[in-house]
Formats: sequence, structure tokens, C-alpha cells
Amino acid sequence: MKTLEDSKIFSWLHSRYDLSGILHLLYHKKVPVHKHTIWYYMGGVTLFLFLIQLLTGILLLMYYQPGENSSYESVRFIVNKVNFGWLIRNLHSWSANLMIFFAFVHMFSVFFTRAYEKPRELTWVTGVLLLVLAMVFGFSGYLLPWNELSFFATKVGTDIAGAVPVIGEGIRTVLRGGEDVTGATLSRFFGFHVAILPALFTIVLVVHLFLVQKVGMSEPDFFKKLPDEKKKFISFFPDFAIRDALLWLIVLYLLIFLALFFQWDLGIKADALSPAPTGIKPEWYFMFMFQSLKMLPPHLGFIEGEVFGVLFFGAAALAWMLIPFVKFNSKKYTKERIMLVLGTLVVLFIVSMTIIGYLL
Amino acid sequence: MGNNGRRKFITALLSIGGLGTFISAFYPVVKYMTPVKSGKPSVSSLKLGKLSDFAKNAWEIVRFGRKPLIIINDENGKLHALSAECTHLDCIVQYSKEEKMIICACHNGHYDLNGKNISGPPPRPLKQYKVNIQNGEIIITKKEDG
Repeated sequence: MKTLEDSKIFSWLHSRYDLSGILHLLYHKKVPVHKHTIWYYMGGVTLFLFLIQLLTGILLLMYYQPGENSSYESVRFIVNKVNFGWLIRNLHSWSANLMIFFAFVHMFSVFFTRAYEKPRELTWVTGVLLLVLAMVFGFSGYLLPWNELSFFATKVGTDIAGAVPVIGEGIRTVLRGGEDVTGATLSRFFGFHVAILPALFTIVLVVHLFLVQKVGMSEPDFFKKLPDEKKKFISFFPDFAIRDALLWLIVLYLLIFLALFFQWDLGIKADALSPAPTGIKPEWYFMFMFQSLKMLPPHLGFIEGEVFGVLFFGAAALAWMLIPFVKFNSKKYTKERIMLVLGTLVVLFIVSMTIIGYLL
Repeated sequence: MGNNGRRKFITALLSIGGLGTFISAFYPVVKYMTPVKSGKPSVSSLKLGKLSDFAKNAWEIVRFGRKPLIIINDENGKLHALSAECTHLDCIVQYSKEEKMIICACHNGHYDLNGKNISGPPPRPLKQYKVNIQNGEIIITKKEDG
């Protein structure tokens, strides 16, 4: 079978730039084969969807015009007039949602297989950062069509940031570009969405992928305990990469199916003087936080309910990111058991709050 | 000064210079991102038109300077003018004719017609504005305490 090294282009490059370091990074990694191998593919699918985001985002930029009097109109123009504009927008919206969904699946699969443990602590930290950035991406992109739902989602979201003690007020003003959500907010969110966030995301992503490649795939406990002759591996390149590519193709077809048959409604144009519509809901991945804020009482002791909620979610996200560094001294329960219970509670909380949010 | 001393000196110089440069670049960026205060004069009153044109049990949202206000003409013909921004998370409120209350659809907050927060997550009442009728015309002004 012809390998990468046999190609003329590779030989030409290799003889000049010594690519042995890259080759080592590609070939040294082995992927364990066991009953949970499927979870190894989730990160790759998330990456693939990010690439779709990049591509469709660039295409949308060709027609999108940020501004109070042009955002909504330009998106409507893309959807109604531009050839395949509706398809590009649907692909962008669907792949954004699928990307966050797969990022969550990837994160929890890593959590429950405890793949964040030494030496993968920083892989976990960069991964959580990527998920947070992806959610901020979603939040900033949501405003860009300047419709009623996105207007109120941005009002609520930026006001939540404003609830942070001491610096909150300043953050809200800087995010909004003023006291209220206006065209100035739109300009800023556009800048975040198409310049600042892609730059930050790419940097963290490169570090994350480098760490994944450098440290290799984690082996679950039951696999580690197997005698060497019973451990099965496939090479990352090309064996795992080919399987990955096949799955990417399947996901692409799923994405095209969704984009073709389930349109993203543009809604009605934002109007700062119209009340929030009844039944307003955020994107599904913010629903558990939205619902929790809805259920909190106005005051919890001396602290306002929303301030408590914001501090709680901020602290929880930070603790979640630092989980690989947490040490337990309990003699009664092992760290594995505590983490299993904690992870299950987090999943149950997110799922139940999301369901309640959609039912109520 | 040996090689080692020279290296330490250059490293220290670079660290101090680098930090100074970073701070001096950071400050204007932060100031640049802080929005410029609007030059619009602040509004102290608003003419809303004829009282006779405002039906009973009706409401509307108007702009008072940069801020939205909710104006409600209740069943008894009494006018109420309140800030339309929910004190929970800033959504624009509305008047529910069925419930005879001001509600916020974002998180199901409820206020009475005086703006008092009565259920749901809002932590504070809505700010009240003064309603005056002069020659049959509705005039909204800020309350002295606000």
C-alpha cells in the first residue's frame, strides 16, 4: 500500500524541511480498540462541524451587512434572493447547534471515562474553554439576524453579565456598546463573532489538538488492566483517520438532511419598543441556565436571585474546568466514585432543567 | 559584568519594558472599548397626545429619551406610566388585560399597576413616572425622587 512518504510532493518537502517531527506526531499515536471506542470519534465530529461553520460563515459574510437597518434585511435577502442562500444559512445554523451538541457529548464522554486525569489535565482545560467559546460564538451569532427573539436573548444575556458584582456593570456597557441593546451592540457582536472569537478559538483549538496528538488516546481502566497480548490497537494514521473521515461524511449527510427539511425561521424584525413575546426561549444549550434563573426567588437572603444564579454558574463552570486538579482526602469514597456521582448529577440537572424549560 | 550578568540585565530590561508596553497598550484599548456617552440631552417630559384618544384597558410602549416606558390606561380610566424594563433581566414588559397586571414574558415576572413586583423573579419594582393632564393632553414627567 502506498504511504504518505511515497508521494513525490512529500519527498520534495521532506528533503528540504525535514518533516520527521510531523510524521512522528502522526504515526506514534495508537487508538485502543474496545467497547467504548465510539467516544473517541466525538471530538473529531465537533472539529468537522467547526470547519463547516468556518466555511458557511465566510460565505454568509459575502452578503451580510451589520446594522440596525440592514442586518435583518440582508439576512432576508440571503434567504429569499441569493442562490442557495437559504441552504448556506440553514447549514450554518444547524452545524452550530450540532457542533455544540457534539462538544457536550465529547466532554461528558471524556469526563465519565476520566480521560482528563494526568497527563491530560490541560487537554481537558482547553476543551472546556473551547466549549465556553463555542457557546459565546452561538450567543453572539444569535443576535446578528436582528430579530425579535435574538434581541431579547441579547438583552437578557448581557444583563446576566451585568449581574456580576463590581465589574458587571462595566462588562455589560462594553458588550452592549452603551446602556441598551442597539445598533452599537450589533456592531460589537459582529466584531466578536467574525474576528475576535474565531482568532481565540483557533489558538485554543490548535493547542488542544496538539496536546491530543502529543499525549495520545486515553485508555479506560478496564483496558489498562488487560494483559498486553489482549490489548488491541489501530494506528491513528491512517486507520483511525479513515474511519473518522467516513463518520464526517455521515454527519455531513445528516446536516444536509436537516438543512434541507428543517428551515431556520427568520422571525420578525427586532423592535426596541415592543414587549418580549410570550413563550420566549433561548437556544437549547442555554435553556438549563435560563430555566434555573426563572425558578430562583427574587432574593436569597441578602443577595438578589439573579446575582446568586450568575455567581453559581460562574463558579460551577470554573470548578468543572479545574476538575483534573481536584484532590480528595475521603477514606470512605474513592475519587472515581465521587466523580461518577458528580457527573451524573450535573447531567441530570442539565437534562431535567432543559426539559422543564421546554414544557413550562 | 560576565555573560551571565549581562543576560540577567537584558532579561530584566525586557521584562520591565514588555510589561510597561503591554499596560500602555492595554489602557487605550480598554478606553476605546468603553462606549462614548451619548450627546443627546436628557429628556424631562413627554407629550403623549389627547387623553380622549387613549382607550380604557389599553396600553402602549413609548420612548422617553432613550428609555422605554409602558403607559397603561386601566379599566377605571386611570393612567399609569412606568419603566418598561423588567428589573430582573431587562426584557420589555407588557400589560395583560386578562390578569390586569404587568407581566414580563421572559421569566414570568408579575407587577401590579403601580409597578410593585408581586411574583416571579423580579427583585425590585418598576420605576414610576408622573402623569399630568393639561388641557386634555397627557404629559409624562420624571418623578422628583427619580
